[in-house]
Amino acid sequence: MSLGEITRVSLAKDLRLEWRSKDAINSMLFFALLVVVIFSFSFDPTAEESRHIAGGIVWVAFLFAAVVALNQTWARELRNQVLDAYRVSPAPANALFISKAVGNFIFVAVLEALMAPLFMVFYNLRSIGPAYQLVVVAVLATWALVANGTFFAAMSIRTRSREVMLPLILFPISIPALLAMVSATTAILTGEGAYRFWVVLLVVYDVVFTTVCLLLFETVLHAE
Amino acid sequence: MSFSSAAANSPTTNSSQPTSAAVTLSHVSKIFGRFAALRDVSAEFAAGKLHAILGDNGAGKTTLLRAMVGLSQPTRGTISLLGNADLRAATAEIGYMAHPTLLYEEMSGMENLRYFAALYGIRDHQPCERAISAVGLDPALTRRVGQYSQGMRQRLSLARALVHDPKILFLDEPFSNVDVVSAREMVHVLAQMRDLGKTIFIVTHQAALLEGVADEFVCMAAGQISARARELPSSLERGAPPARTTL
Repeated sequence: MSLGEITRVSLAKDLRLEWRSKDAINSMLFFALLVVVIFSFSFDPTAEESRHIAGGIVWVAFLFAAVVALNQTWARELRNQVLDAYRVSPAPANALFISKAVGNFIFVAVLEALMAPLFMVFYNLRSIGPAYQLVVVAVLATWALVANGTFFAAMSIRTRSREVMLPLILFPISIPALLAMVSATTAILTGEGAYRFWVVLLVVYDVVFTTVCLLLFETVLHAE
Repeated sequence: MSFSSAAANSPTTNSSQPTSAAVTLSHVSKIFGRFAALRDVSAEFAAGKLHAILGDNGAGKTTLLRAMVGLSQPTRGTISLLGNADLRAATAEIGYMAHPTLLYEEMSGMENLRYFAALYGIRDHQPCERAISAVGLDPALTRRVGQYSQGMRQRLSLARALVHDPKILFLDEPFSNVDVVSAREMVHVLAQMRDLGKTIFIVTHQAALLEGVADEFVCMAAGQISARARELPSSLERGAPPARTTL
């Protein structure tokens, strides 16, 4: 079976498991919802102020919420040590990585789609720049979060306190991407700033880190 | 793969089976920190035989099995499967059943098998149905594995290890938490498979179940193979622990 075919069946399996358990989606939704509500009570900004701070609030909320999904991804494979069944099979390691990353991308994208209208309502957001560009930023930024996150979550699964370990490793390495996604979002919402530069930075970040993750994942998977 | 042939509970060796080494261990050691789980183990295990690996808790049985399937890298020494020292290259030829079930509890038995079969390039339903029937489960059962009894999970776990028709089977405590009748049925299936030419390694504390079926009893103590015998050692017949032997 090809890499693509095994990726497809692994992704289908992950989506089926999530559909049945709803572990990741439910936790992410509640977490992100809490962040939106708490920040809106804390700041009570005007529409103009919102445009300047919303980028940061939105992406920090999604980053923290994504960590919940990323931890769930591998926790599922550790129950009953199912990961060992994959490790002793001839299936390519990268098929597992890609399926997990794409699965997480879908979960976080669903979260973003559900939370975006709430952000607009709570923060009275209206974009001055072309709003469709937010979709481009969302796709690139979400991939930046989940590609790295999936990889580092796999690295931390054998550590004793993996739920703490993941953010400790992931957040520092996500700073360039976080800076780019927040700045690009703010540039679009306010109609000011170098949107194009931040998008290019996100593209470069995605390409570099996805390549590195693909090159190293087999070593991580088969590490003891 | 056919598991429906005549009963094969008859003792031991089928002389028509090949006798070349299926697994070769050469000075294998596995050290965790300051603890040596395996100590300079060298052995050859013939193909087409059923090898029962016995020993106390902590004797190194599971570590040996995990090293043989490639899940644990030996600190020293080499392991060859079917003459191939690159264990990753031999993965399609091995089936592994661990002490945990290695199954997704939110999926049905058939869904689990179809997923694991796909990892070996099997798209057909038939091998999955055959494997699940061979262990005495119903392929049409839609219940999720999380709702299975412990015995059913063990059977399904065995089916998962069999689904791609491997040449060598490594089974870690396959009879634990299984009632005696079900365990004997599992032994029956395994004996059939051995008679069809498969090499089987079984780590177990229930050695008596394999009496008259296993071709060889391999006793382990303190990370070493302390004895190899064609008959169940008398010290183990009533479930007594094996004598510790220093090599």
